[in-house]
Amino acid sequence: MHAEEKMTYEKWPAAPEKATLEAKNKFLGFWLFLGGETVLFASLFATYLALKDKVPDTSQHLAKDLFELPLTFVATMLLLTSSLTSVYAMYHMKNFAFKKMMLWLGLTVLLGAGFLGLEVYEFNHYVHVYKHTFTSSAFGSAFYTLVGFHGAHVAFGLSWILSLMIRNSKRGLNLYNAPKFYVASLYWHFIDVVWVFIFTVVYLMGMVG
Amino acid sequence: MSTIAQKKGFGATLWDFLTTVDHKKIAILYLIAGGFFFVVGGLEAVFIRIQLAIPNNDFVSAGAFNEIITMHGTTMIFLAAMPLLFAFMNAVMPLQIGARDVAFPFINALGFWLFFFGGVFLNLSWFLGGAPDAGWTSYASLAIHSKGHGVDFYVLGLQISGIGTLIGGINFLVTIINMRAPGMTYMRMPLFTWSTFVASAMILFAFPPLTVGLTLMMFDRLFGANFFEVAMGGNTIIWEHLFWIFGHPEVYILILPAFGIFSEIFSLFSRKRLFGYSSMVFATVLIGFLGFMVWAHHMFTAGLGPVANAIFAVATMAIGVPTGIKIFNWLFTMWGGSVKFTTPMYYAFGFIPSFVMGGVTGVMVATAAADYQYHDTYFVVAHFHYVIVGGVVLAILAATHLWWPKMFGTMLNETLGKITFWFFFIGFHLTFFIQHFLGLWGMPRRVFTYLPGQGFDAANAVSSVGAAFMSIGVLIMLYNIIMTSVKNVKVGNDPWGDGRSLEWAIPSPPPFYNFKQLPLVRGLDAYWLEKMAGKKGMTPAEPLGDIHMPNSSFIPFMISLGLFIAAFGAMYHRDHSWGMAVLILGLLVTFGSMFLRSVKDDHGFHIHKEDLVDESDKGVKA
Repeated sequence: MHAEEKMTYEKWPAAPEKATLEAKNKFLGFWLFLGGETVLFASLFATYLALKDKVPDTSQHLAKDLFELPLTFVATMLLLTSSLTSVYAMYHMKNFAFKKMMLWLGLTVLLGAGFLGLEVYEFNHYVHVYKHTFTSSAFGSAFYTLVGFHGAHVAFGLSWILSLMIRNSKRGLNLYNAPKFYVASLYWHFIDVVWVFIFTVVYLMGMVG
Repeated sequence: MSTIAQKKGFGATLWDFLTTVDHKKIAILYLIAGGFFFVVGGLEAVFIRIQLAIPNNDFVSAGAFNEIITMHGTTMIFLAAMPLLFAFMNAVMPLQIGARDVAFPFINALGFWLFFFGGVFLNLSWFLGGAPDAGWTSYASLAIHSKGHGVDFYVLGLQISGIGTLIGGINFLVTIINMRAPGMTYMRMPLFTWSTFVASAMILFAFPPLTVGLTLMMFDRLFGANFFEVAMGGNTIIWEHLFWIFGHPEVYILILPAFGIFSEIFSLFSRKRLFGYSSMVFATVLIGFLGFMVWAHHMFTAGLGPVANAIFAVATMAIGVPTGIKIFNWLFTMWGGSVKFTTPMYYAFGFIPSFVMGGVTGVMVATAAADYQYHDTYFVVAHFHYVIVGGVVLAILAATHLWWPKMFGTMLNETLGKITFWFFFIGFHLTFFIQHFLGLWGMPRRVFTYLPGQGFDAANAVSSVGAAFMSIGVLIMLYNIIMTSVKNVKVGNDPWGDGRSLEWAIPSPPPFYNFKQLPLVRGLDAYWLEKMAGKKGMTPAEPLGDIHMPNSSFIPFMISLGLFIAAFGAMYHRDHSWGMAVLILGLLVTFGSMFLRSVKDDHGFHIHKEDLVDESDKGVKA
């Protein structure tokens, strides 16, 4: 099967994300890349755990003073739901339902943007109310680096999915762009999984200890 | 698309290399750039040995000495050894598995240009206010208080080139998993391909911790963070862990491909199947696995406690077992073989005793209690030069002679090659053997001079003479390369006459599509098997058809250039008001180029089979 071929519902393969050799390579290469990303975040988590609550003097706030679960809970729900909507998008991609895929991807982007908005609000809140900044302590540096790296991934993922949607809005699905949509959704799931760990390690563990 | 070679002007050739995505041309780029940095790092080594040749020397100042040792280590590991190994991986691995290119030709080019710009950025520090001076390990306790921008060059330059290495590793992994020719099962892959595979997997998991460590250091030095600032709650040991979680696997990332190269050489020039092939594969994988579990043996004296030290000591010694398996397999490969003493075989012979000595001192320094004596002395310097020079560099020099005909179509002069070997080999042992004793006598590493009459004078003089021998060896090799290129005597498919793996079944250098028809692999040493069966070449596994090839692209260069510009902005944004603008501009160039790559369709092109038939003298002979 050629990547350039004009596709119809009948011709559409069961696994369009790995129907050509290029797609197979992209599929595998991206999984491996996510393996490397896992180690990257593992290093950041380790750094955060080593530096949690390490502040120069007692006037500074610690994790248990800062975090508020309601806000984080809403953010978590937004991001988890966006992962679900991207699953629906890929379901429709596999069924060659381009419009439905775009609809669900659009929803994914909206939910992701909502999450990012809450994160910006949260950071702003810490900086201005608690004077907890990137430079105020080792704890601050580690917190903003770990959570900020994740936020940067969300922002990159959003721009990526949006670019793909705009670029392909007029021409529909083919075997050249299907793997692109697929790996972007993989990336989105990965971001979601990392957030589950951030929610647990940073926020939940921050509240209790 | 015609494949007939045409005479091209300099501009066209340059543009060709700036935009190429062909793994064989990228290999040449890696070889040239890595070779250049090898010479730069070698000059720095010579300066070190001149400074230390006599006591109380003032050839360089103490500060300059710190810069030179830092840049020597950093350049040799990141900008010479790795790229030179990448050159051979690129040149040979796709041919050995019977592929027409790597899985991601675009990313292959991007990996090279990231490495290149990172290396250039790092070395520009010499001209822009001073080089990094905190040692190649750049321990945070030294690095965050280092004056000037030296350490910033280290952090940003290595970050850029490290990304290049990481994506290069992913590319090789996918290539080996997905692009093997029909019949090329995993257990039929040549050992060099196997070691590329394992080293690439190690790159994938070892480089991200370095990325994080460098990012934290960058944030501390340039953006006011406090990861390593103890007064603000920071902890410098975090850097040591992150660096060595990367740094120890890095040692195996370097040595495994070297093992692969020597495995090819022993088998080829003993004209025998590699002894214990499956145990060699097993040992390679096991070393790759254990390589991640030993990093804290670099930190025995950091105060991790006796339990941690004991665990890491035992894990370290365990690596001696698979390495020993390899040594015996190489010896048994030669046993009963009909050994040909060519230049690559000279290096392979020299490698075994040299590397075993490095391994023996490795077990010595792995003994945690004894390491308190060896730590930070010349004993350690001697140890790691025995494994890196006695292993990796000998392998690189051997591979240069072995695969030069495959990469360039000409044969390096054997006599000059052997003279190079003797100068380099004798020089190497002269330089570093005595350093074991210097260390045991108490000479600390990284000191810029020493007083007379402490028993260090003669030994240091001997060591410096050895460095001169090594330099002469390298110069003779450069002369050899120039003379060979000038004479330009072309050779055939299998210039050594005993080629075993697939790369020797196709022309030297191969056509840009490598294999006209993908070969059918019937076993280990695929080409040798066909020759023994009385055939002239490989049996094709497919009918002659159109070949799909990737398009050239200038975008990899632009993505890397953007990061190069951004790095200057990040470095100077606190000193100059234009810094932030340059940082943003650079990132715009990078992300803009990535965006362009994403939205612009690139389907590649097809070589039509009619064009292939015309050139019946090229490609696989069926």
